[in-house]
Amino acid sequence: MKNNPYRPVAARILKITRETAIEFTLRVEAQADITPGQFFQVSLPRTGEAPISVSSFTRDWIEFTIRAVGKLTNVLHQLKEGDTIFIRGPYGTGFPLEKYKDRNLIIVAGGSGLAPVRPLIQKALDGSIGVKSLRLIAGFKNSEGILFSHQFEDWADKCDFTLTIDKPEPGWTGNTGMVTEHIRKLSDIDFADTEVVVVGPGVMMKFSTAEFVLLGVAEEKIWVSFERLMSCGIGKCGHCKIDYTYVCLDGPVLNYTHASTLID
Amino acid sequence: MQSFDFNYQQFAEVFARLGKKFRLFGPKRVPGRGRFSDTDLITYADLQNPEDLETAEKSYLSPKSIVFPPDETTFYFTADQFTEPELSDNRETIVFLRPCDINGIERLDRIFLENGKVKDPYYQRRREKLHFFMIECRESFENCFCVAMNANRTDNFATAIRFAPEKVSVMIQNESFLEAFAEVGKKSDFVPEFVKKDSKAVNLPDVEDMPADIFSDSLWDEYDSRCIACGRCNTSCVTCSCFSTVDIFYPDSRNCGERRRVWDGCHLDGFTDMAGGHSFRKDKGDRMRFKTFHKIYDFRKRFSEDMCVGCGRCDDVCPEYISFSSCINKLSDRLSGGKKDEE
Repeated sequence: MKNNPYRPVAARILKITRETAIEFTLRVEAQADITPGQFFQVSLPRTGEAPISVSSFTRDWIEFTIRAVGKLTNVLHQLKEGDTIFIRGPYGTGFPLEKYKDRNLIIVAGGSGLAPVRPLIQKALDGSIGVKSLRLIAGFKNSEGILFSHQFEDWADKCDFTLTIDKPEPGWTGNTGMVTEHIRKLSDIDFADTEVVVVGPGVMMKFSTAEFVLLGVAEEKIWVSFERLMSCGIGKCGHCKIDYTYVCLDGPVLNYTHASTLID
Repeated sequence: MQSFDFNYQQFAEVFARLGKKFRLFGPKRVPGRGRFSDTDLITYADLQNPEDLETAEKSYLSPKSIVFPPDETTFYFTADQFTEPELSDNRETIVFLRPCDINGIERLDRIFLENGKVKDPYYQRRREKLHFFMIECRESFENCFCVAMNANRTDNFATAIRFAPEKVSVMIQNESFLEAFAEVGKKSDFVPEFVKKDSKAVNLPDVEDMPADIFSDSLWDEYDSRCIACGRCNTSCVTCSCFSTVDIFYPDSRNCGERRRVWDGCHLDGFTDMAGGHSFRKDKGDRMRFKTFHKIYDFRKRFSEDMCVGCGRCDDVCPEYISFSSCINKLSDRLSGGKKDEE
């Protein structure tokens, strides 16, 4: 069969990073033309296939940060360096980087929502997008759920970085409170010249985008990313459809003016 | 374009001749297998004899399985090797079907061949083999509303056939079939007719964008309790194209297995379940709303035509006697500010 879009390619695991008790990052040897925000269909023959967003990439490798909570992800969790996974992609519409050029960029990520925005953070910090400034707010339920902590020092050096956990806990000296509380403190920003990215659980995105709208950010300057069940990634299987929108094609990154009209 | 008349014996000759070269697929009566005792099941199946072809009644299932089987292996796995299966039957296929179903397969084309600008190769290789032999519908069957859905007519057929009590009339559009028919038939001026009036009057909503409050309107509430999420409306629908991917391994060797895609449907439990436990549309009413909007509203936004072709099979098969066409009418009434709490 020529050009079978369902046929994945083998990708060798170069490195496994344990992020939390149930989350880990697989770095695989693969080359692809990726826009931050896009995803791959990751599979293991005889176990299954699922959409996983790219959490980092270079010319030589791609990283996927995965929570072991499903049929496939639990088996991926058992793999070792040198093992092979299968991937096809990248799929979907990523972040519109050209819109962020010469703008102040605010990124708010909740929990594992930090994974799909990490390539965007990296590109904003290494100068390849050309943002004027970056403010990053990352929120987690608790300190045990924190992802990518090894990069925090670097991020804090290069941008205005706020890390917060939802509730105070013994021994925690950093920020606490939901990300919405930290969004409210952003009133000193020139919102006319700013683009906002909000990615995380549905409830977190709903309230965070509402905070930005209250602060006076125009809806067309707010971007979110959706997560849905998918079997194909290419607009056939129907699982991710909301109204006329296919999250796998038109998303996962959607402008708020579009996303806010979608009712599952 | 030429037309011919046949008596049934002559038609059987043509049928036999075509059967030597083509796979023949059409509605078939299976005695005693209907839903109720002493009723027959009309289903789509391979046809061996001309008597197999059921020409009088509507089929319970649609012909979509010929292009989109309920269960299809996409890859065989041997260790880390992926192998695509060959088609088990490589013949060109004649499919006998009614105008609504031809329109229905065109709707499937939108999804499998156009959406996302990627062609689905498993669908495409089956689709390319099809030749439509249209069975003329002159009167609407029970629950049919193809006229309202603008799917009562088509000119996308190789031949169009009228099965009258004493004779069979055939109009041939695809010249490659001319010889098989011309040798036996008597020239005629037959032109197929199309259904002009639905057995059930259906009013489509006349809105560009659904108002947000209609998504949570009480009109959907009755389906919370009436629908049992059996998915028959999805499986019987010629235009329902959703599937899930399932991997299996063989019990005797974990190294060998398959990746399959199987029909799935928006009324079924688990359709939106994500790893970690999150899901959408837990209430059946929400699923009914989602399906209804897809069939008669949002598909049109993407493809400039409605998805539903009005075959009425979802009404025929529903074990809870939910009527999709009644639902459309209730929605239209509600949108035009009319009747509130009927039925």
